Amino acid sequence: MKKIKCECGHINPEGTVLCEACGKPIEENQHIDGNDKSKLLNMRYDGSARRSLTYNRSIIDKIWSFFSSVKVGVWLIVITLVASSLGTIFPQEMYIPAEAENRNPAFFYEDWYGLLGKIYYQLGFHELYSSWWYMILISLIGISLVICSIDRVVPLHRALKMQKPKRHETFLNRQRLFSGSKNVSSKEKQQLIENLKKQRYKVRNEDGHILAEKGRFSRWGPYVNHIGLIIILIAALLRMTPLLFLDEYVWVREGQQIVIPGTDGEYYIENKEFILEAYDDNDERFKDAIARMGGNVASNYQTNLIIYKNVDASIPGAEPKLEKVVEDKVFMNNPLKFDGYTLYQSGYQQNEFSTMSFIIHETDDPEEKAIDTFTVDLSEPETEYELDSGFRVVIDKYYPDYVLEDGEPRSETKFPRNPAYVFFIYPPNSKSPEISFIGIGKNIDATGENKYKLGISDFEMHDVSGMTLRRDYTLPLFGLGAFIFMIGVVQGMYWQHRRIWIHPKENEMLLAAHTNKNWYGIKKDIEKIISGTNIEMVVDQQELNELDKKQGG
Amino acid sequence: MNNLVNISSTMLYTAFALYSIATIIFGVSIKDKNKQKKKGKTGTIAISLTIIGLIAQLAYFITRWIASGHAPVGNMFEFMTFLGMSLVLAFIIIYFIYRLNILGLFALPIALIIIAYASMFPTEISPLVPSLQSPWLYIHVTTVSLSQGILGVSFVAGLIYLIRQIDQTKRSKKNVWLELVLFFMIACIGFILSTVTFNILDYKSTFEYPSGNRTLTVEYTLPAIAGPQEGVLITEDAQDAWFEAPGWLQGRNAAKKFNTLIWSFGTGLILYGLIRLILRKRIGAAIQPLLKNIKPDLVDEITYRAVAIGFPVFTLGGLIFASIWAQIAWDRFWGWDPKEVWALVTWFFYAAFLHLRLSRGWHGEKSSWLAVGGFAIIMFNLIVVNLVIAGLHSYA
Ligand code: HEM
Repeated sequence: MKKIKCECGHINPEGTVLCEACGKPIEENQHIDGNDKSKLLNMRYDGSARRSLTYNRSIIDKIWSFFSSVKVGVWLIVITLVASSLGTIFPQEMYIPAEAENRNPAFFYEDWYGLLGKIYYQLGFHELYSSWWYMILISLIGISLVICSIDRVVPLHRALKMQKPKRHETFLNRQRLFSGSKNVSSKEKQQLIENLKKQRYKVRNEDGHILAEKGRFSRWGPYVNHIGLIIILIAALLRMTPLLFLDEYVWVREGQQIVIPGTDGEYYIENKEFILEAYDDNDERFKDAIARMGGNVASNYQTNLIIYKNVDASIPGAEPKLEKVVEDKVFMNNPLKFDGYTLYQSGYQQNEFSTMSFIIHETDDPEEKAIDTFTVDLSEPETEYELDSGFRVVIDKYYPDYVLEDGEPRSETKFPRNPAYVFFIYPPNSKSPEISFIGIGKNIDATGENKYKLGISDFEMHDVSGMTLRRDYTLPLFGLGAFIFMIGVVQGMYWQHRRIWIHPKENEMLLAAHTNKNWYGIKKDIEKIISGTNIEMVVDQQELNELDKKQGG
Repeated sequence: MNNLVNISSTMLYTAFALYSIATIIFGVSIKDKNKQKKKGKTGTIAISLTIIGLIAQLAYFITRWIASGHAPVGNMFEFMTFLGMSLVLAFIIIYFIYRLNILGLFALPIALIIIAYASMFPTEISPLVPSLQSPWLYIHVTTVSLSQGILGVSFVAGLIYLIRQIDQTKRSKKNVWLELVLFFMIACIGFILSTVTFNILDYKSTFEYPSGNRTLTVEYTLPAIAGPQEGVLITEDAQDAWFEAPGWLQGRNAAKKFNTLIWSFGTGLILYGLIRLILRKRIGAAIQPLLKNIKPDLVDEITYRAVAIGFPVFTLGGLIFASIWAQIAWDRFWGWDPKEVWALVTWFFYAAFLHLRLSRGWHGEKSSWLAVGGFAIIMFNLIVVNLVIAGLHSYA
């Protein structure tokens, strides 16, 4: 590798812009950081040699340079930003509102939003955030993060370690904050050093040249936060594997005990009771608001439940042997944790029918005296009921959640919310059935010639709880990433790396200062440091520059 | 109990009045400064009044908390007033770092507009629905709001920079955009004015309109310019709609919101026209001379510094606390709900801002435009996403 020797004797790696030790600009490399076109030196990475700007031969060099460019990084962020916002124009597939007539995305978007909706759907924007191209954008940001960080952190670290208090004169007078003071006594200089220390600067002295520095660790902030981001991206990647992330949903009726899906038959849930509470409409505090909202504002959704573990789950075919694990209440904002799983109250359905009882009576009996009765268990309806009186009833069709759509009967869901049936009734010793259609508020005799009629005599109802089961081993990783990110940003944003150089000349003392941000703060520091001495306050050469420009143009 | 609620709203009025007076005194201090030395007394008086105002608003917040039993950040009114308070707090913090009076002259009116805007929403104490019943509600909302206040200060500084620096001698794309930004603020005032006026007149009209196979009603509190699709006016003596709101506007009461928007912009335009008539020049051009003693470099630094301070707070409140809460309440820490997506968009935007600041060409004017854009995104998320693209987080 080609090395560059500076006049101070320090050997710099190829591509160095400012000598790592004394800061003197290395002539042939000034174009790299744009120093050739400006009075002030670009101090971003202390003029260190970055791979991306030094080599540009092989294809790998080119890819490296591409991804390490902040410009490319910003473009990636901006493109992702715009893409993300596009996905909120219309709802994502999972947020298609419940009141939509048809929730199939192929219909829904065109139906509700017309042509735009159709285009939205055809472009795949209804599931934008899991589309391949969105994933690629995120991965590109990840790659860019890694490469640009490596590209800068190593040389920057090297340059900050190598820096010497003794700096070349041009390094000082091309800093943004600079002053030269005549007739500074050694007592004043001593005072200055005292003041620097009082401001908590670390002071290094080399032949009367001084480097005072504080907050260097804040320079590592961006790299720390980028590491945090990378951890988060890795966690997101891992989350796509079922091994580390489990997501199941189960509907469980009051009184029901069923296996929880996704647990390999190991865990059972029993719903003891579902509770829905509402605010009191007359509550002193809230009554105005409740009245405006139309009353009946829910205050609590809760399921009281028991979790069991099947201790024989590993023996195939064995009868489940259940042991109680925990009995608890689960409500919004209060999920239940057990054995690495988390169970959430996610949904509910009130007033489902559990059983429905019918009587058979003669059609023209005004008193509707029951000849016989039977009960249908709606969780497991039988197809055929043999009654003591000799009647036989067959359920020809069963609609758990009956609706009439375009004249066709249909079940909206598979849950018994509005049950309706087509019954075949075989009177004793008869081979040909009478056909009845019956549901809530409906009792239709298809032929008009039925001798027997059915009536609903009784029913029982229950509530159903919708529970989500989660097991997410990636959460700690997300947490770690977020934590590291926060440390990194705070470190980089709430502290600054401030440096002040002093360069004694024969009868002049040069003072220059640099900070990576908060110039106002460092100027205040300098004001305090030079107070009580003859030393000139630094001049902000960037402000002057702007003034020049203004007056010139 | 009722007593407490009364104290609470009195405190809010007090804060409002104090901020208003402080604004005027900040204005005076700018004029003063042109003549006198740097540290004028007026500035001190103004900032003291601001601090007392903030204390009054804190008293509003605490008494309302006690009265309702939950932190008052649960609906649009409460959230927006809190945002106003955050902006004032952030301004005070930044003021004590940079001691720049002009910031007050811009930050306080914006806080005032936000608080007045908030009061246009139903202000009764309302109960919390189950998904909001968590301490994470206030941990999350207060940090987000605080960060938005800080980022709001960067908007204020950016705006000052632009008004100070943009050439007003002739009409250009830049000063038209700047006028547009100012117009948006005036449109907010337009919204407030028209709402208050028709509130005092107690104006109400009800429409019936079909939705699917049901008939819904909607109550307008501003005279209907745009009515609901196929809507029928059922209130007597009320003004019927001039036209129907376009059909692609979806969601509950979309037509009513559209109507409100027309009123806001309409009133805003009239106001803007009047101001222009009085000033006889662009508003930007009229304010510019006030700012000639301000150092643009310092203002630019404040723009950037406020983002640097606000960005970590936003990350913490808007993304991290939000995720923790979502994990507890909705069983997923991230669900691509519109509100979440826009928080992410905001975050990306300010990340882009910070990265652009790394290169030389993006200081000054470009940074200021970005600060204005960032705050526009925040407001978009608060207002449009809350009221129009309502998702899980809907306050409306
Ligand atoms: C959403 C993704 C990203 C976030 C949230 C993020 C965040 C940050 C933050 C907060 C800083 C500190 C800025 C400052 O101190 O003013 C920073 C610095 C930086 N970022 Fe990123 N970043 C992201 C993506 C990227 C990407 C894709 C690149 C690749 C080009 C990149 C390159 C840099 C560089 C070069 C620095 C400056 C380092 C220094 O000053 O020493 N960042 N980033």
